[in-house]
Formats: sequence, structure tokens, C-alpha cells
Amino acid sequence: MSIVADNISLHLAGFDLLRNINISVEAGQVTVLVGPNGAGKSSLLKVLTGELNPTQGAVWLNHRELSNWEIQDKANVLAVLPQHSELNFPFTANEVVALGCIPHATGYAVDQKIIADALQMVDASYLERRLYTQMSGGEKQRVQLARVLAQIWSPNALGEQFLVLDEPTAAFDLAHQQMTLEIVKQFSKRGVGVLMVVHDLNLAARCADNLVVMNGGVIEAFGSPDKILTEQLVEKVFEVKATISRHPTANTPLVIT
Amino acid sequence: MRYLAAAKLVWFLALLLPGVAIVSLSVGTVSIPWSQIIQTLLASIVGIEATQTSSIVLDIRLPRILLALLVGAVLAVLGAVMQGLFRNPLADPSLIGVSGGASVGASLVIVLVGGTVASPLAGLSLISFGAFIGGVISTLVVYRVATSGIGTSVTTMLLAGIAIGAIAGAFNSLLSYFSDNQMLRQISVWQMGNLGGANWLKVSIMLAVAAVLVAVLPGQAKSLNALLLGESEARHLGVDVQKIKQKLIFLTALGVGVSVALAGLIGFVGLIIPHMVRLLIGPDHRWLLPATALAGASLLMIADSIARIVVLPAELPTGILTALLGAPFFIGLLIRQRGEF
Repeated sequence: MSIVADNISLHLAGFDLLRNINISVEAGQVTVLVGPNGAGKSSLLKVLTGELNPTQGAVWLNHRELSNWEIQDKANVLAVLPQHSELNFPFTANEVVALGCIPHATGYAVDQKIIADALQMVDASYLERRLYTQMSGGEKQRVQLARVLAQIWSPNALGEQFLVLDEPTAAFDLAHQQMTLEIVKQFSKRGVGVLMVVHDLNLAARCADNLVVMNGGVIEAFGSPDKILTEQLVEKVFEVKATISRHPTANTPLVIT
Repeated sequence: MRYLAAAKLVWFLALLLPGVAIVSLSVGTVSIPWSQIIQTLLASIVGIEATQTSSIVLDIRLPRILLALLVGAVLAVLGAVMQGLFRNPLADPSLIGVSGGASVGASLVIVLVGGTVASPLAGLSLISFGAFIGGVISTLVVYRVATSGIGTSVTTMLLAGIAIGAIAGAFNSLLSYFSDNQMLRQISVWQMGNLGGANWLKVSIMLAVAAVLVAVLPGQAKSLNALLLGESEARHLGVDVQKIKQKLIFLTALGVGVSVALAGLIGFVGLIIPHMVRLLIGPDHRWLLPATALAGASLLMIADSIARIVVLPAELPTGILTALLGAPFFIGLLIRQRGEF
């Protein structure tokens, strides 16, 4: 099972945001999208999650065209964390994560257990009763992460589940970046397909089964970080001279600039 | 932090409501003791014939108080709905253009046909029809402006609502400019909002509207909660955002349109009550909606009671009281909130 982009192009307001994109996000794997600002990463996520309709091509979710999914069914297999979530109302962390339980709504007791576990997983149990509007940026982002985790916390009969994260680590300190990697790996082990945008190439190399390198609306390279992350590619795409070494313990590619 | 548990507040307000109603029934030009009010109400249920007291209570005060209760509840709950839909705690049910359009409709009727002409339906003035039609038309215009192939933009609705409000204000001034003294007085009294003309027909119409809201709104509470996260977030949580917008905008146009048609412009209830309740119990619409409805009902009954007794033997238009009570309170809230951001 997978999310498949079949020859997608997206034109918006006179701009070619995406051109002839073909990728497949497999269940049980971590796919990481990298690329410079304006490469089309967020646009691609929006098309893959049904937020924008492609001008050309089609998106398939578990072998069914995305536009043919009932919106409620889709919410039970696809959880999406946007880059910015503006929530100006004073929900507590517990209530925000509870919103993630809306699609499956298994009952109060089960939902509360999921909420507590999800908050614990993102190291935010202490925020449970605190107001979202009074949290720091990193705390807010962790609570939002817990919300999308709660949305696909348990497997669903409708098919393999997918977790789509747009720069989930942007506001995180080092410890919480590591935590996010662990969470992502844990979910992918359970069979969830993860697709995320990350800016830190080393972070991407540490957790990606597949790396998608985008530039100017097209896919520049696709494959395991080991194979595709080369000095030439980094210089071509990011316009930065870099040396590729190996991570001393994880033995993943290490990009040194 | 939250000051109260949600369920407690809802129960408290539900118990408060009959108390406020009985006090409201007892005050006025003639003061009637509570015991007699309860006696009269019980007697009317079993069908004992009317005394002078009972006719004051049942024919004059009761419809007015029930109208205040229903209008207060509808305006407050729709205020909460609009604030949720617009994700803006300062939104107001009049934001979508209903009130502006309604006052133009009312003024037009007053100037063109004269406010005293009887309508085809006894008990309802032509002004009410004019106001309702004006309110519905302006909401439609605002909605059409903000709706494109990709859906309805709430930001555009907000701006279009402001524009329509400005146009309506200009039309109102124009109509006032060309009206004679009597018309002018009628227009301005109507705009102040008044529950004085209450009768059982108005109460029944308002009750029907309230019944529709009670039937539909509780089912939307969870979706409104999800909407507070943002529209795309709500869609990813399985909420059909466009459908909900249409439904809620339609209900608001209906509820506010009818309220304004029957009771004139009554400000601040729809803005302040949801805000206040949210401060007490938080933004969860499953509790916010019933609590705002109950609080709005009580507040408008209280405001109307004060309006009836503050300048005896005359009475004040209710809208003056809601603004006079509500606005300073709101300013207080804003000053207190400054510290929290």
C-alpha cells in the first residue's frame, strides 16, 4: 500500500510549482523530502494530501484515487501536520490532542488513554492542562505533533496509514529533534508510511529509507540517502560546497559544510 | 487557566434561567410578588380564568420575557458559532451583513410605506418583513462575493461584510435624510432594538427558529472545534468544511435575520456572551454552545427588565441597555486580556 503521485504537475497563479512528479510513498517506510526554499516541497505535500488538486496527473492513496475517498475515511488513514498551525483559542494541550481523535472517536476512556500516551510520546505530558495560547513555539509544535499521532494511533481497517509532516522539527531543540526521529521510526515499524519535509540533511539521512531531493519543482534525485547523497548533488541543488563523510556511530552519510 | 468546570456552568445557568424569568415577570410598572407569579403560571396551566394580575403576567409580560429569552439565546449562540467559523474571538453574528441589511430593509419600509401600515399577518408589522428580507439579501450578497470555485473564504466574507455594512449605513443615512420627523423617530427607535412589541406570534416564530438551531447545532460542535485549528487542519480531520460553512452561514442568516426583524438591533449579546463564557470554560463548542445560549437568554431578560423599570412609568429600548451593560464589561475583559498575551 502506498501514496503514489502519478505524473503530477501543478500550475498556480501563472507559476509552474511542480512538473512531472512521480513518487511513491510506501507504507512502513520513512520518506524524507529535502530541497532549498521554494523547491516545491510544501506544494507537493499539499497535492499528495488532497489539499490542492494537481493541474495534471493523479494521486493514489492505497490504490484508490485520492479524490474518490470519503473525507472521513481519508482522515482515518492519512494524518497531516502542516507547517504552521494557527490556533488562537485557549484549548488545553489535552483538548488539542483530543481533536486528533475526532476521526476514529473510539469512546471517552480509550480516547483519553490515546491522548495521554501521545502527549507522553512527544514529551508533553506536563503540558496536559496548560493553555495552548500560552505555550512556547516548540511546545505548541509538540502538542500539534501529538495531535496527528493520536489521529492514526491505532491501525484502521480502511487500510495502511500515512503520516505526513511538514517541517516537524523546525521549532525543536536538539533533544526533541532526536525524539521526532525516534517517533517516526517507531510508527514506520508499525507499518505506517511516513512522509516528511526536513531541512537538516543530516537529520534526513539519519532517518530516511528514501530521500527525495527536489529543486525548482522537479525531483532531482530519489533513493536511499547512502546512494544519492553526493557532494555534486548537494552543490547543484543547495549551491553549497560540502564534504560527505560517514556518521561515526550510525554510519549514515554526514554532510559537512 | 479555566475558572470553572464546563458542566457546572451549564447546570448553573440552566437553574438560573427560570429564576431570572420569574424575577423579570415580577418587575415592571406594577410590581407583582413572586409567589403570585408562580400561582398565576400554575393557574394558567390548569386553566383558571383570568384576573387583572394574570392578564398583566400572561398577556403582556410573559410573551415579552419569552421573546427576550429566545432572542438572547439565539444571538449569543450564533455569536459563538460565527466566532468559531471565523476563528476570530471578536467576530459577531452581524459580521456577515445581516444587521446592516436588516436596518436598511426596515428603514425602507418606514420611509416608503410608513411604519404603521398593517401587514398581511396580524401581530407582525411590515417593518419586520422588510428587516428580514433586507438581512437575508445582504447575507446572500456577502456570501456570493466570498465564494469561488475553491470554496468560501471567511476572510473575504469578513471584509465583504464590512463593506456591505458601510453601504447599508450610507443607505440608512440617505433614508433618514429624506424622512420627516415622525419617520426619523421610528427609524431610530427601531435601530435601538426593542422587545416592547412582543406578542405570542413573535414568540412562536422565534421558538421555531430556536428549535431548528437546537436540532442542528449540537451536531456541529466537534467540527467547529476542529475548525479552530484552521480549515485545512479541519479537512484533514475529516470535516467537510465547505458544507459546514454553508450550513452555519444559512442558520446565522435565519436566526439573526428573524431576531432583528422581531426585536430590532440588539447589540453586544452575540459578541460578549460567547467571549465571557469562553473565558470561564474554554473554547470547546460542545459546552460553549449550550452555555452561551443559556447565558444569552438570562442576560437579555435581565437587560430587558432593567429597561422596563429604570425610567418608570416610561421604558427604554432594550438595545440601549445591552450596549450600556455590555460594552464597559467588554472593555474590562480587553484590559484584563492585555496581560495574557
